[in-house]
Amino acid sequence: MRKRLLLPLCSLLAAPAFAAELQIGVEIPRLEVAEYHRPYVAIWLEKPDQQHVADLAVWYDLKMKDKEGEKWLKDLRQWWRRSGRGLELPVDGVSGATRAVGTHNLTFGGDSAQLKNLPAGEYSLVVEAAREVGGRELLRVPFAWPPRQAEQHQAQGKSELGTVTLQLKP
Amino acid sequence: MKPIFKWTALALAACLPLSAHAHRVWMLPSATVLSGEDPWITVDAAVSNNLFYFDHFPLQLEGIGKPQLPPSAPAPQSGPDGKPAAQAGQPGGPGAPGGQPPMRRPPNKLLVLAPDGSEVKPENGNRGRYRSTFDVHLTQKGTYKLAVANSGLMASWKENGQPRRWMGKAEDLDKDVPAKAEDLKVVQTSNRMEVFVTSGKPTDTVLKPTNQGLELVPVTHPNDLVAGEAAEFGFLLDGKPAKDLEITLIPGGNRYRDETGEIKAKTDAQGKVSITWPSAGMYWLEAELSSTEGVAKPVTERRAVYSATLEVLTP
Repeated sequence: MRKRLLLPLCSLLAAPAFAAELQIGVEIPRLEVAEYHRPYVAIWLEKPDQQHVADLAVWYDLKMKDKEGEKWLKDLRQWWRRSGRGLELPVDGVSGATRAVGTHNLTFGGDSAQLKNLPAGEYSLVVEAAREVGGRELLRVPFAWPPRQAEQHQAQGKSELGTVTLQLKP
Repeated sequence: MKPIFKWTALALAACLPLSAHAHRVWMLPSATVLSGEDPWITVDAAVSNNLFYFDHFPLQLEGIGKPQLPPSAPAPQSGPDGKPAAQAGQPGGPGAPGGQPPMRRPPNKLLVLAPDGSEVKPENGNRGRYRSTFDVHLTQKGTYKLAVANSGLMASWKENGQPRRWMGKAEDLDKDVPAKAEDLKVVQTSNRMEVFVTSGKPTDTVLKPTNQGLELVPVTHPNDLVAGEAAEFGFLLDGKPAKDLEITLIPGGNRYRDETGEIKAKTDAQGKVSITWPSAGMYWLEAELSSTEGVAKPVTERRAVYSATLEVLTP
């Protein structure tokens, strides 16, 4: 009887973070401009005081020869200040190529490198985009981790970003 | 401007480049925060009233472009401000009867320090009509410092009722200036102008003070300044906290506004000052100190000037 009670209890305590999931949708809007370049985008997690917690993705021109594409990473200026400038690039599982117009989905499980040691608490998902000969935009989506129930949050960009969605599954 | 005044002004610009009076002397880097594997910066260096517009004279820097020598004209008696021209050199030179060409100090020495503290040679140096330019190849990751510093003595006295001036090194004072000169004033000067640039993560090696003259000792890193945030700076005079020092910050772009927009602040007893940046952009920081305290004969006054060009980023 005791064992039967303990087992589900243990799984309740330990399991949520590992079973939990964080799904991100980042929309790169179609822009009617004479010269279009895909934006550089950084996606990371921070604490409410804007302290950087974990990088989830950075999309930039990583195929250019001699790492030329890294020259403009500083234009993602919040990300550059909070994290980028201290990194040796490219970062496995974080660095990626720039993305085309459309919505791009990323999923991070509770057991992923970025989330598995994340203490319970309040966080924000931050998405920053900067475009060559274009502008820059940054969106924040606050959430609590680990999620107690399925939740959906979103933020709407005005210029360089479309809708950013955040789906949490317990 | 009459040619003679032009050359006088140029000689002034060459001799007194870091003085707080008359004109502002500055260096303007193309960027202060850089990413990538092989970044370069280019820097403008000029003497002008407005920030940061090169419209007056280039800052003469040793090894940057060809030095501009004045034509063999009689020594001018006064500068463009109508004040007697401050001139460097030996007795019998400037201001003396006989019309010798103005004596000039060697151009300012630019020192570029890499994050590891080693010296970097500026490249592609050029001196134009209104500005000097040079490039710095940032081959290391971390913070670089560009500094122009000088120090010396400035003497003024009267000879036969005529004002005389001299600028030079302490060891030459006895040789060049009569010891019993009438109304002799000897000012010990030290000037320092700096620019900070960071490739990748900011580092602190180049921020160590030399403990000579007036210096900035950043608490907040000078390449981590953001509009709306406060930055804390410390100031030292010969390595000791410079308390009650007035700091002036002028944002660039004053051609397009009526006010200079300057921010004034004073250091506390520890020589520290906190500045909250109202907006992003390039700022020119200046601090000047004049004191008769603790000066040893023959020096009668101590003057020290520090200036820096700081970039404040948008959050």
